[in-house]
Amino acid sequence: MSGINRRTMLTVLGTAPVAAAVSFTPGTVQAYVAARAQAAQPYQRRFFTDREDATIRALADMIIPRDGRSGSATDSGAHEFIDYIVAEQPDRQTPMRGGLVWLDSECRRRFDKAFLECADAERRQVLDDIAYPAKARPEMSHGVRFFTSLRDLVAAGFWSSRMGVDDLGYTGNRPTVWEGPPREVLEKLGLA
Amino acid sequence: MQIIRSPKVYDVCIVGSGAGGGTTAKVLTEAGADVVMLEGGPMWDSATDSAMFAWNYESPTRGWGGDRKPFGVYDGCLGGWDIEGEPYTVGRGAWRWFRGRMLGGRTHHWGRISLRFGPDDFRRRSIDGLGDDWPVTYDEMKPYYDKLDSFVGIFGTNHARETGLHNEPDGVFQPPPAPRAHELLIKRACDRMKIPVVPSRLSILTQSINGRPACHYCGQCGRGCSTHSNFSSVSVMLPPALQTGRLTIVANAMAREVTVGADGLATGVSYIDTQSNTEHQIRARVVVLAASCCESARLLLNSKSTLFPDGLANSSGVVGRYLTDSTGLSVSGFVPTLLDTPRYNSDGTGGMHLYIPWWGDNAALGFPRGYHVELGGGFGMPGYGFSGGIHNFPMSQGGGYGASLKEEYRRYYGAFVNFAGRGEQVAREDCYCEIDPNVTDRWGIPVLRFNHTWSDHERLQAKHMQETFRSIITEMGGTPMGTMPGPNQDYGLAVGGLIIHEAGATRMGNDPKTSVLNSHCQAHDVKNLFVADGGPFVSQADKNLTWTIMALAWRTAEYLADERRKGSL
Ligand SMILES: Cc1cc2nc3c(=O)[nH]c(=O)nc-3n(C[C@H](O)[C@H](O)[C@H](O)COP(=O)(O)OP(=O)(O)OC[C@H]3O[C@@H](n4cnc5c(N)ncnc54)[C@H](O)[C@@H]3O)c2cc1C
Ligand code: SF4
Repeated sequence: MSGINRRTMLTVLGTAPVAAAVSFTPGTVQAYVAARAQAAQPYQRRFFTDREDATIRALADMIIPRDGRSGSATDSGAHEFIDYIVAEQPDRQTPMRGGLVWLDSECRRRFDKAFLECADAERRQVLDDIAYPAKARPEMSHGVRFFTSLRDLVAAGFWSSRMGVDDLGYTGNRPTVWEGPPREVLEKLGLA
Repeated sequence: MQIIRSPKVYDVCIVGSGAGGGTTAKVLTEAGADVVMLEGGPMWDSATDSAMFAWNYESPTRGWGGDRKPFGVYDGCLGGWDIEGEPYTVGRGAWRWFRGRMLGGRTHHWGRISLRFGPDDFRRRSIDGLGDDWPVTYDEMKPYYDKLDSFVGIFGTNHARETGLHNEPDGVFQPPPAPRAHELLIKRACDRMKIPVVPSRLSILTQSINGRPACHYCGQCGRGCSTHSNFSSVSVMLPPALQTGRLTIVANAMAREVTVGADGLATGVSYIDTQSNTEHQIRARVVVLAASCCESARLLLNSKSTLFPDGLANSSGVVGRYLTDSTGLSVSGFVPTLLDTPRYNSDGTGGMHLYIPWWGDNAALGFPRGYHVELGGGFGMPGYGFSGGIHNFPMSQGGGYGASLKEEYRRYYGAFVNFAGRGEQVAREDCYCEIDPNVTDRWGIPVLRFNHTWSDHERLQAKHMQETFRSIITEMGGTPMGTMPGPNQDYGLAVGGLIIHEAGATRMGNDPKTSVLNSHCQAHDVKNLFVADGGPFVSQADKNLTWTIMALAWRTAEYLADERRKGSL
């Protein structure tokens, strides 16, 4: 290793104030360490209200439910990621908040109660109308938009979580010896 | 404000510590020069500062980096498309400008695609009558490419021999890594279509060299390599320079202008210490600008004096002109053959293991110049944006929710391939950057205004990329994603600057009336002033430019050292 380090590299000029020269920002690492610290503590919600959060969680677990291989979206913490990212990305805020209200009004129109108070079959009836963009009726367009972006967020949150990574079988992010794909892969693809 | 002047007079002051600045510093200090390097950003070394092995789930945004980290939260570059307090403006056309602000510049996170130019790339005018020839030939450049290959370390193979493409000259290569599964699938289809797919050329070590260990195949080069197994200026060029004891690095030093004496020679550089907001002056016998193509042009244009009213080294009026970027666009495709592929760790090196060099015959194509193709795919670390837009995936249920959707996500993982074309723009005088008369940055330094448009040469090249990538995907039995953009959308051609290969703003030439620098990257007007970044390029190529920035900087630095020995500088 070339043994370069910050201190040996820093040649402070006589004229440059010392404080200036050492106020070094280690960029990514700071963000990384902060993120690790944050991950270790219970999540503090930043954007959604309690009730909005409850609706997001219910929807998230309908989108990615628990099955034989892994847990559900909320088991993985996807709802916390969604709250965090919506707080970070102002452009998402009105569509998300508005979408949740749209969903409640649609449920009230059909069943005279908000989404959270609806039975599972009632919830599914509404979702079936907004979950398939190509088939949805034009008057459902706002719900479709909301659900489409929520589905993408839930997927990102779930599959990028530790649980999701394990489920997908991603085995990288470690030092290894590279020898190309294993034989079974080449065979499956007819490349052997 | 009081200006703080350093009493010492250095042999050489280099502005910028990236690909060009780092190379210049190594060669000059080893040749005995006492060098001071001004860098606008902070110190950074991937050995201590990279986020190697961090998981996306350890970041609350799952890897998304926002404006401050446009290539992801763990990306190894400080800077970005938009830097607070450092604006730029656009006059005619469009332009985006990615700037690194750190020791090493953009070499911590660059793609390490290191394609030396070929013989034709230095003499395009002689071949097709467009643009200009370089005042340097491939034969003159070859020794510097070879030195760079041997010293930095690069893997690859002899394409010219494998493919018969004479414009892909051999180099000094380490063995390339074995291809990934999706790359082999692409190659199988391309073989049928007579499109060459060959090992890529990346400055990543497959064998240890000069005390740097071989790659451990984590696929994270973009974060900066904590074992220095790939090229960055800080891991490869600066250590030997520092070892000579003749390199002084001043970080957080934003150069404002090159200072000039009554004799019309450069006397040094004035800069702002960005931490204390104080103005300083460094004195040097020679000044080398390597602040990146457009920044170096900006420095020259901002160095106005009674002797040089239009900016330094600009008697030709050519500073800022002939600005080019690579052409670029991407097409991805869904390949059903890849559904349910058994998982394997496909990280490999932090870049493609196979790629497509330019194979076309322009005489038969109706457009000049060419492009190479960068291949993508495999099982990446899941993160922000994972499987976004699954409702549009071919053969999917069109959205939905629940158990069947969850199963779909699993099946589609790794079933996509991506083709990114990177090609040559023909250099034109009317693509340029200039000083915006109304806008300064936070340090009071006037900023650049860009004027950049594409011509039909580039549009037709983009059309060819689209058609080619789509037909390869179809040949693989796959479905290209999205419909092909038409002529009214320039066939999907990326806005200028987006491919981050700026070149040409201080171009070389034998005629001082039509060029800024001579064939040694020395200013025609100011003999102790040099440029060592992408600025001197007379033309781009169908290859990425950085390996040529470094080979040229090496050559410039050797010339400079020779001239000093002779006493003429
Ligand atoms: C994501 C990405 C991927 C890329 N991939 C590839 C690739 O695969 N292959 C390839 O060939 N190229 C690639 N490039 C391009 C490559 O990074 C650049 O061509 C190369 O870094 C340019 O080197 P440079 O020395 O001219 O500038 P830089 O590396 O940008 O260094 C310039 C330095 O000068 C400093 N500076 C600027 N202005 C001033 C000032 N006024 N005073 C003091 N210091 C100043 C900056 O802070 C910076 O550190 C990529 C770029 C990016 C962003
Ligand atoms: S892929 Fe290799 S060179 Fe790149 S960061 Fe990982 S170990 Fe370093």
